[in-house]
Amino acid sequence: MSTQITIIRPKKTFSFHDLRELWQYKELIYFFSWRDLKVRYKQTFIGVSWAIFQPFITMVVFTVFFGGLAKMPSDGVPYPIFVYVGLLFWQFFSGALSDTSNALITNQPIITKVYFPRLILPISSVVTKFIDFLIASIILVGLMMYYGYMPHASGLLLLPLLLIITFMASIGLGLFLAAINVKYRDVRYALPFFIQILLFVTPVIYPASIAGKYSWILALNPMMGVIQSARAALLGTAPTNWLLIFISFFGTLLLMLFGIYIFKRIERYFADII
Amino acid sequence: MSQTIIEVNNLGKKYEIVHERGKYMALRDVLMNIIKSPLNFFKSKAKQVVGLEKKEDFWALKDVNFTVNKGEVIGIIGRNGAGKSTMLKILSQITPPTTGEIKVFGRVGSLLEVGTGFHPELTGRENIFLNGAILGMTKKEIVKKFDQIIEFAGISKFLDTPVKYYSSGMYVRLAFSVAAHMEPDILIVDEVLAVGDADFQKKCLGKMGEITKTEGRTILFVSHNMAAIQNLCKKTIWLENGQIKKIGETKDIINSYSSNKTDIPNITKKSLPLKVGDIVGKINFTEISITNGGGSEMIQSEDRLKITLKYNSDFKTEIPDIRVLISLICEDPQRNVLRFDSHVTTKTLGDGIKPSGRIVCETENTNLTEGKYIAEIMILPQRAKHSQLKLTKEFEIMTDLTKYDYNLKPDRDNSSYLIKYNFKGQAGN
Repeated sequence: MSTQITIIRPKKTFSFHDLRELWQYKELIYFFSWRDLKVRYKQTFIGVSWAIFQPFITMVVFTVFFGGLAKMPSDGVPYPIFVYVGLLFWQFFSGALSDTSNALITNQPIITKVYFPRLILPISSVVTKFIDFLIASIILVGLMMYYGYMPHASGLLLLPLLLIITFMASIGLGLFLAAINVKYRDVRYALPFFIQILLFVTPVIYPASIAGKYSWILALNPMMGVIQSARAALLGTAPTNWLLIFISFFGTLLLMLFGIYIFKRIERYFADII
Repeated sequence: MSQTIIEVNNLGKKYEIVHERGKYMALRDVLMNIIKSPLNFFKSKAKQVVGLEKKEDFWALKDVNFTVNKGEVIGIIGRNGAGKSTMLKILSQITPPTTGEIKVFGRVGSLLEVGTGFHPELTGRENIFLNGAILGMTKKEIVKKFDQIIEFAGISKFLDTPVKYYSSGMYVRLAFSVAAHMEPDILIVDEVLAVGDADFQKKCLGKMGEITKTEGRTILFVSHNMAAIQNLCKKTIWLENGQIKKIGETKDIINSYSSNKTDIPNITKKSLPLKVGDIVGKINFTEISITNGGGSEMIQSEDRLKITLKYNSDFKTEIPDIRVLISLICEDPQRNVLRFDSHVTTKTLGDGIKPSGRIVCETENTNLTEGKYIAEIMILPQRAKHSQLKLTKEFEIMTDLTKYDYNLKPDRDNSSYLIKYNFKGQAGN
């Protein structure tokens, strides 16, 4: 058996060792996600059905008010299915963002007592949300069958890429906020508000086309690219805009690297200041 | 054979203590402050951001050097705030050092708390997996050890019950059991044996002993329980004010550690004015020692107590009629447990004591339970009214684990009578 040598020094520079370590602890990602999912629906009556119930009811309410009463345009597809695609990705993003931002705080007792790569916690938060996403997707399949929409094979292939972009966007911003949250709990109060605002500047309940010639401003928001492309891929609302996906991909990649950089920089002091 | 497994060089850890003004201010206060002096508010906020606010450096650890060889079991002792926990936290990589370097050869498992990451909503079974994973075990290892874990914890009946319904004893048993089955190269254990009932504590210590003896694992063990340290560790590090005060054989270290406690000025007043015949003078008490019958400061339950007061005086002749009253007070909860009076018939110091020498009180087997005690010693000269002297001294009763059977209920036969004791005066220094 080879002995593993650890050197503990005041300042640790980022190295590939960290990645290897992350890999070593991969099981812990699974266990944390598993815990969060298990715990969430303990002592509830309808259990996991909540994961379906919530987006479904939101969709119904949005359909009645925005689609029905406000006559919101929906790029020619039935409004329920239009808004649901948006909601699905939006809830994945916003849920993952708020959970990663709070991941360190909520696990404070563990952080101050045991060592493991701290990145595990935010990552497992995203994984948990991804599982919610999968569960909620069942409704989408049902809706598409009901309205008779068949996605193109090429569109389905695009989905993993869109999920990766969403993952990078939420974890990039989330890591940055999580690191700040350790010291300044202001994040905790500002974030729900911020997410609410973000919902309105993201084309979830309305099509991006509504902004007309200013829609390029919306493109600064990576989630706009994701939702727009998801609709294009699944519902065929428009041809796939590869440039938009490209911008979103590299924008979020940069965001993620920035988040990791900030997170790693103060990671070791979490236990002291949390 | 003696292969270095941990190497600590010049380790130091600095904390910055920020002096916060006016904690827990309500929003109204904050607003009032801003209105009253907006400049000040922003200045202090800006200082906070830039890091210029009033700070005080505090070195929790400084210049710590030591090495640990493979298979060694090292005890770490020291008073509260000596830096023990900080050192363990640095070794387990929870917090980084400020200076120095540590080389660790092997996998470190740390047990700074029992039940880290336990979730009350999850069942016992689920928590074993979660806790095991957090402590660094792989799923495979946990599955392999699963039966041993539940057997050791003795909770097989409640395996599928959420732990929030567990009694606190069951909870702790399960938590320790998971931790005890970790198999790292180096195990770091903080004061975790202070939990659980007596039987379980014994079981834990037994398990620790087993790990150390049969499996040849390297262990760093922090505890206030000297008997546990003595039993488990060959070598001990004594930390004081963030520095290593002494390092060496456990027995020597513990002896000097316990006797070091006498340096604490817990004698409030040392001399007592007296009048012997026509001569007015003082009697000075210079030292109090509390040992077992054999003279060791490591006193165990079944030992006799020997309380010795050293004194000298200004007098040339014998000092008559000195009454000594010793009360043993249990520190927690504060109550009197035993009382020895030198003036109860046949226990008297006789005609008097020599001008200088010792007053010794020897008792029979006291059967005091493990814990901290205070001896309150009253010196009462019979003829000098309103003049008396009170001395205090702390001591500790420890538990010998090898003989320990936790059946130390008060012995009815014994406790219904007074414990036999005997005072005597001795000449000389």
